[in-house]
Amino acid sequence: MTRYFTEDHEWIEVDGESATVGITDYAQSQLGDIVFAEVPAVGATLKKGGDAAVVESVKAASDVYAPVSGTVTDGNAALEGDPALVNSDPEGDGWFFKLTLSDTSELDSLMDAAAYKAFVDGL
Amino acid sequence: MSAVNQSGWKPEMGSAGDTKPATFTGNKALMLEEALIFEIGTSGTTGVDLAEVPKVTSRLGNLERHRDIGLPGLSEPETVRHYTRLSRQNYAIDLGFFPLGSCTMKHNPRLNEKVARMAGFADVHPLQPVETVQGALAVIHELAHWLVTLTGMKAVAMSPKAGAHGELCGILAIRAALTARGDARSVILCPESAHGTNPATAAFAGYDVENIPATSQGRVDVAALKARLGPDVAGVMITNPNTCGLFERDLREISDAVHAAGGYVYCDGANFNAIAGRVRPGDLGVDAMHINLHKTFSTPHGGGGPGSGPVVLSKALAPYAPLPFVDKDGDRYVLVEEETVSEYHDLTFGRMVAFHGQMGMFTRALAYIMSHGADGLRQVAEDAVLNANYILRSLDDVLDAPFAHSGPCMHEALFSDDGMADGFSTLDIAKGLIDEGYHPMTVYFPLVVHGAMLIEPTETESKATLDQFIGALRSVAQRAKAGDPLLKSAPHHAPRRRLDETQAARKPVLVWKEPAQAVAAE
Amino acid sequence: MRYLPLTPTDRQAMLGVIGAKSIDDLFVDVPAEAQLDGPIRGLPNHASEMAVERHLSDLARKNLAASHHPFFLGAGAYKHHIPASVDHIIQRGEFLTAYTPYQPEIAQGTLQMLFEFQTQVARLFGCDVANASMYDGSTACWEAIGMAGRVTKRSRAVLSSGLHPHYVSVAKTMAKYTGDTLETALPELSAGTDSSRLLAAIDADTSCVVVQYPDILGRIEDLSAIAAKAHEHGALLIAVVTEPVALGAIKSPGEMGADIVVGEGQSLGVGLQFGGPYVGLFACKEKFVRQMPGRLCGETVDAEGKRGFVLTLSTREQHIRREKATSNICTNSGLCALAFSVHMTLLGEKGLRTLAALNHGGAVQAADRLTQIPGVELVNESFFNEFTLKLPKEARPVVRALADRKVLGGVSLGRLYPGQSTLENGLVVAVTEVASAEDVETFALALQEILA
Repeated sequence: MTRYFTEDHEWIEVDGESATVGITDYAQSQLGDIVFAEVPAVGATLKKGGDAAVVESVKAASDVYAPVSGTVTDGNAALEGDPALVNSDPEGDGWFFKLTLSDTSELDSLMDAAAYKAFVDGL
Repeated sequence: MSAVNQSGWKPEMGSAGDTKPATFTGNKALMLEEALIFEIGTSGTTGVDLAEVPKVTSRLGNLERHRDIGLPGLSEPETVRHYTRLSRQNYAIDLGFFPLGSCTMKHNPRLNEKVARMAGFADVHPLQPVETVQGALAVIHELAHWLVTLTGMKAVAMSPKAGAHGELCGILAIRAALTARGDARSVILCPESAHGTNPATAAFAGYDVENIPATSQGRVDVAALKARLGPDVAGVMITNPNTCGLFERDLREISDAVHAAGGYVYCDGANFNAIAGRVRPGDLGVDAMHINLHKTFSTPHGGGGPGSGPVVLSKALAPYAPLPFVDKDGDRYVLVEEETVSEYHDLTFGRMVAFHGQMGMFTRALAYIMSHGADGLRQVAEDAVLNANYILRSLDDVLDAPFAHSGPCMHEALFSDDGMADGFSTLDIAKGLIDEGYHPMTVYFPLVVHGAMLIEPTETESKATLDQFIGALRSVAQRAKAGDPLLKSAPHHAPRRRLDETQAARKPVLVWKEPAQAVAAE
Repeated sequence: MRYLPLTPTDRQAMLGVIGAKSIDDLFVDVPAEAQLDGPIRGLPNHASEMAVERHLSDLARKNLAASHHPFFLGAGAYKHHIPASVDHIIQRGEFLTAYTPYQPEIAQGTLQMLFEFQTQVARLFGCDVANASMYDGSTACWEAIGMAGRVTKRSRAVLSSGLHPHYVSVAKTMAKYTGDTLETALPELSAGTDSSRLLAAIDADTSCVVVQYPDILGRIEDLSAIAAKAHEHGALLIAVVTEPVALGAIKSPGEMGADIVVGEGQSLGVGLQFGGPYVGLFACKEKFVRQMPGRLCGETVDAEGKRGFVLTLSTREQHIRREKATSNICTNSGLCALAFSVHMTLLGEKGLRTLAALNHGGAVQAADRLTQIPGVELVNESFFNEFTLKLPKEARPVVRALADRKVLGGVSLGRLYPGQSTLENGLVVAVTEVASAEDVETFALALQEILA
């Protein structure tokens, strides 16, 4: 299982042809208290860089983009009743959705943990 | 993710800290706690005496109500007390300085209220025969004449009910004009600093919205805009003066370029107070501009409306104005509705609202405009701009003003949160100002400046008021820079401490429920 | 000038602090050719209070005011007696000159009032939740159609023929841009509504059915069957209430299964005002709350644990969601919502039920009296405080003739549906508690004379 990161602060944990996606700890700290998260429906087709989910804080709404293209296999139902999970465990239980990848080569342009950390430090 | 919290606003409750000893009632002298009407009223109480109900055979079609509605009633004395107590928990212009950028919180003259309540205006039905409402139509026509003359435009749509409604009207007029010449276009350009209603309106009307970047001088990047113009661009939405409080010097050049490319220019008129009587948007090539009567023309904000958003239109867009509108035929006023469309106005894009618009706001605005006159309105713009620059230059040593180097501001001054101590934000300054007896300035808008603080004093403030405010803001700003922990839990003296907006959004409670009901629901 | 506090000395001192020689220096960013050299020509200069009052008073006197004459107009705006306290309360400076409650610590007055208002509206309509008001009933109606489209992901709306023609007109205008298809029809001068047409039209492509209750001709019909069929097909029922006082006497739309209930609150607390400002009401089922347009006030606690109120679920709104926002509205109609709420509080359950009974009783008596006139027929079987008469000739000239006799005798269907010959003899008459028996008699005698 390998974890990659985007410059838009999404993380993707890949296991063969399937993966889990969420937002990073940096993103959740910037947003503040999360009050609502909208996850994609099972079966939805996602394009790399396209809108996948929405995360809302009290006064801001941000789109979460798909780090890679694929088809959604699961949305995190826990976020509906407890959006605060995104704040408390953004890179674990606060995951947004799972998908099967349609083109694993898209992962090549993503950052690894070290590169992402350096990227955030430079912001 | 898209722009992660562009404005920088985050909820922070702060800790309650030291609270003074409570009283038995929870009241604090003149600051009285007040329960909900559902907690103090009863279904059997009423504060209205009604006549005897006549005995008739019901014609209600067997749909008589059997269930209780669940409405509490109060006697008149209890009602007056309830709402008087509530009112005293509100800040208001009548009470003090309200430096909200982009809102133009000027004094609301009481003459306006008197005039609006004259029986001939307040007590006429919109569908009365037009012969019986000639005076009302005259008011609409006279106000329309003022607005068109002040702005140098050709016509005005009076019916939009608020600013955002006016924006919609303007964009729909643009779309109608393009459709009429068989040139449907798909894109509208908006500056990044635009108020959210601008792109929202354009998207609603079916356009893709693209951003225009700003220069380091806080204005629209004209070169970038021109480069983007093309046969797919329906138009551009500009605010002038813009949301950073600066005059868009190149607006004429922008308008010419947009027109040459076949598009139209929409101007958000929220900031018209800075230039009314000194500059006419029509002279700058604007095709449509909404005017907020509740901003520039003093109609009261009412705690959140009602507003009124008439839209002035250029010669190119005038034919597409929505229904209804008032015209003059000899010395008779006529109301042009669907019926006379083919005679007067067959290119209209349609009706936007039932009846004729915010008549109550028209009488108020006309009273205000007549009181000031052409000379007074010009003085209004000058004093508004003078007051804002006075504030800018009195504070730019203690607060970061990102565009102070580029010249004077117009009617509002913009500051950022640069220079605050670690962990201190614009939010803390705002809450600190509350304790000092002020409503905070506009915060976290425009989005292009981090932790933005936008201050619009308006012309109805005295120099003494401004000096006092400047002193207060200096004090609070210095505390934020020094990292005074008490600021994090401000306000301390308002009727409520900081409120938990996170909880309100995560678990919305939007109506009152009886305690048993509420427990069952959990 | 009486509203401008700055003195010439102040201005000089301030220019000094700024470092500018004159006010013109502050307008340096305005291109020279766009600067006006003096006050705009052709517009008068400033005027005293007295002069302004005089001019506007002259214009006001040219209008025939409802309170001075027998008055029977309705069709979406109603005259009721507004208790004197209402106007005093809304003129308190802390309500009148307050802003939108974005700083809740110093706006609990407005916020608590809105929470009470939302609860009153939700209960009146028989719904779970209501918002903090819209501009008016017609914009609330088209926003509801838009909302139904988002919820059902369909775009075909079926509008009842009894929906106010202005509301239909507004919905048609907006549908051009939302891509919704609207099915509409003209009403008929009959006792029955078009519910069979509506039932037949509901299918798997329908997003919503929109029914006015009571309708434009004053007819009242049970909405339960329409609600049931709509739900069977995954569509929503939107009920439109232009006269909320009616709900003091008849069942709420929510009770009958409506998913969204919108309306015009003008009847309570807000006078006729020649058409505005009014106050739109919007309520719906709990499960749709995130799709609701408009402002919402919610309960919470402060840092000391005290109950307080805030605007909430703000991310639905335009100023935050920008191009992804779900509706057009930005502001609400706060002061009018306050007026509505104060009037409702003064009435209470008992008062509203009595007021409704008074309205209905007066309307029944008036209908009986008016149908005594030869040639005048009552179209309605059911009605609340408004009914339609079929006259033996075109109603529009009759209304003008009545106005010449200083009787404001209803709204002709010719005014609402110009050019529709099947409707031109129709006259919609509203009879509220402000119409006395003498007023009805005056109206009847004048009408009889005109029709003779």
